[in-house]
Order: sequence, then C-alpha cells, then structure tokens
Amino acid sequence: MIVVIDYNVGNIKSVCNACRHTAFEVKLSREPKAIEGAVGLVLPGVAAFGYAVNALGALSKLIKEVALSSKPLLGICVGFQMLFNQSSEYGRHKGLGLVKGNVVSIPSGRTIPHMGWNLVKLPADMDLFSGLGKEEHFYFAHSFYADVTDCQARIAYTDYGFDMPASVQKANIYGVQFHPEKSGKAGLKILQNFAEICRRTNDRC
Amino acid sequence: MLTKRIIPCLDVKDNRVVKGIKFLNLRDAGDPVELGARYSDEGADELVFLDITATIRSRKTIIELVEKVAENVFIPFTVGGGIQTVEQMDTILRSGADKVSINTAAVEKPKLLTEAAQRFGSQCVVLAIDARRLQEQQDRWNVYVKAGSGPTEIDVVEWAVKAEKLGAGEILLTSMDADGTNTGYDNELNKAVSRAVNIPVIASGGAGKPEHLYDAIVDGGADAVLMASITHFGNYTIRQMKEYLAGRGIPVRC
Repeated sequence: MIVVIDYNVGNIKSVCNACRHTAFEVKLSREPKAIEGAVGLVLPGVAAFGYAVNALGALSKLIKEVALSSKPLLGICVGFQMLFNQSSEYGRHKGLGLVKGNVVSIPSGRTIPHMGWNLVKLPADMDLFSGLGKEEHFYFAHSFYADVTDCQARIAYTDYGFDMPASVQKANIYGVQFHPEKSGKAGLKILQNFAEICRRTNDRC
Repeated sequence: MLTKRIIPCLDVKDNRVVKGIKFLNLRDAGDPVELGARYSDEGADELVFLDITATIRSRKTIIELVEKVAENVFIPFTVGGGIQTVEQMDTILRSGADKVSINTAAVEKPKLLTEAAQRFGSQCVVLAIDARRLQEQQDRWNVYVKAGSGPTEIDVVEWAVKAEKLGAGEILLTSMDADGTNTGYDNELNKAVSRAVNIPVIASGGAGKPEHLYDAIVDGGADAVLMASITHFGNYTIRQMKEYLAGRGIPVRC
C-alpha cells in the first residue's frame, strides 16, 4: 500500500482521487505504523511552506528515516519543495534536507505565481516520465521554486524565462513541482509510474 | 512559456449547472458531475465551480457535490460562492478543490486574502471581481458584491491592485455588462486590470465564439479565458476553441 501523508493541508483528496482513478490503492494516513509499513510515500501539499512544515511536525523525522531506508518517496508541489534544505517563503523555514538546494522566490519580471500549464522537457533517464515522450505539459501553481544544487539529483526543467526545475530524482527520492493529479492524462501516467516504481522496489526487498 | 488557459465555468444552483444573462434569467445546463468529467476529459485546462446560491443552509450539500465533481476531475478545480472564512476554505480544499475563489468576503474583510495566502499559499487564492462599467465614466468600473446584487463605490482596478498586495494569486474578472450576452469579453476592462497587476487575470463574461477568446488574450491581456454558455450548450467544443487559438499563434495545451 502506498501511503499519502495526511497532514492537514489542502488538496490531499485530489491526489487520492487521481491515484484511485489510475487503479492503484492508496491510503491517506498520518499513523507512524502505516507510514513505516508503506511500500511508498506520497507527500502532497497545497500550503505555504512554513505552514506545511509546521503541520508536518514530528512526522518529518519519520518521513526522513523512511526515505533514507530506500523506500520511494514522491513529493508534490510544496511536498516537493520540502525535500530541500530550506525555503524563504514568508520567513525562513527548514525543509527535510533530502535533496540539496533552497526554495526561493521566482525572480520578478514575469507573472507570479507561475500558474498554468507549462512544457516540461523529460529526460529519458528519469523513471517518473517513462512512456511519456520528450516533453509534456503539466499544471503548475507556485510562487517559489527549488534552486537545486545537488549534483546527485537528476533534474527536469521547464522554461519560465529561465530553466526552472520542475522535477528531481535522487535515488529513491522523487519530486515534482507541478501537480500530476491535476495534469490530465499525462499527470495520471506519472502517478502510475510512481506506483510501478514502488511495486518494483518492494519486489526487490 | 505558459499556455493560455481555457476554463469552463459551472454556475451551480440546487445541484444543477445553470447559466443566465447578466446574472439573471437562469437556464438549466446540466449535471455538474457529468459536465465536470466531460470537460476534464475533453482537454479543458481548468474548471471553475461557483455556488451561485451560496447560502449557509446549502453549504453541506455543496461540499458533497464538490467531492463528487472532484472525483472525476483531473485538472485544476476552483470552487467559489459564499466563502467567508479560512476554515471554510480549508473544508473546500479538503473536499477536492485546488483553489478557492472569494468575492464578497474579501471586499468586506480584505485581510482574509492575506490570511488565506499565508495558510494555503497565494496560488490557492482567487479573487473574483464582478465589475460593472460606470454609466457616466465609460473607462471606469465598480465592484459589485453578493452575486451582482450589491453595488459598491470601489474602483475595480484599484481593488485588483490592492488585492494583489494582500495576497490574491489570481483574479477572476467578470464583466457583468457582458455576462451571458455572447457578444465578446469587455477587453477594455481586461486590459485595464491585466496592465495594473502582475498576477494572472482570467477574463470572464461574454464569450460567444472562439474569436472572442483570442481578443481577450491579445487585446485584453488575459492569461486565461472563462466561458459557460458557449460550451455548455454545445456551440463549440474545447478542442475547437483550442484549435482556433493555436491556428492564430496562441500557445495552448493540445
């Protein structure tokens, strides 16, 4: 069972709806036992970074442990941003530090938030994008972005006047700045791919 | 580069989608769950759901309906209508909405925009403005509240600028003069607001043919175009509208 971490932020239900639509079962939970026993974790998030980190509270330590134990983890939007070291959204907040980089505001001179469908170039070596071709539109809604400095991370970019990281993959840690649960068929495929990654990882163990 | 968004709007009353002209003379347009699923499937870029009755009594019914619509909608889904507090926004978001749209409550208590942005992030906070052109000054518009029934003295452009500072992440700008007329958006209004703010502006009210969408984007500077009767009553499909826009060089998601 894949566990979607329930930590009282918006749109968690959308993630569950989309997962169920792609015909794999997920459980919404914040129980440590369920999280430890999961084959993979999804860390969703519609919230300001500081609010999300506070809402996650003590769970963040557990999520970090589970992620470091090589269980697949998929961060979405603010859940993606929380994978990094810190964010400067409404103050300074520490993230999980699983991928090196900082979350900073999108440079001015363009419409902010970056909201809508943007084209992401999909590197062939990123598992989340298998079966999707070279590029695809995904739905974004954010004002801050992850400035990734981790040389172990593979990165997919979107163009917003500069190359903005749209997705990272570092070993078993996956993250997408956009919302796969809200990106139509291409987004559903990503969730399906993640479920497949979880299944494969679990079979190996 | 971001694509321009095509957004069908479901005005919902008594569990049915309805559509009127200039906010009056409502006509039935179908079942919200079916229409939502259809638009999501057909390539709409987003969906807006407005509870136009917005009474406290119907709140629970609306939440249940939002949940049902959300089960089959895999594109961004905005819900609005009578939302007054951050707690209500939280409930709506937890029911499957991705953004909440507020209008009257923000006018009455502008701080609500800030509270919402700090809690959910500004990308979640849509300020809906219902605008009506002043008779005596043709290049000015006043804000209306309470589903168009409550005039205010507030200037639309000033309110939009203030709302951006307070935390609104997007402006859903409806021309009450053009609503339901199918004669085109009020692009002077769209231009006045889109020039004054940096956040995305969704043009609303007046779409009757794909050319109107093009005009709202090019002349009005809109980042997205919202429509209801033009798609509900089967005049044009989402695909037809997108093909038209793409043919004229507008970036759209196909």
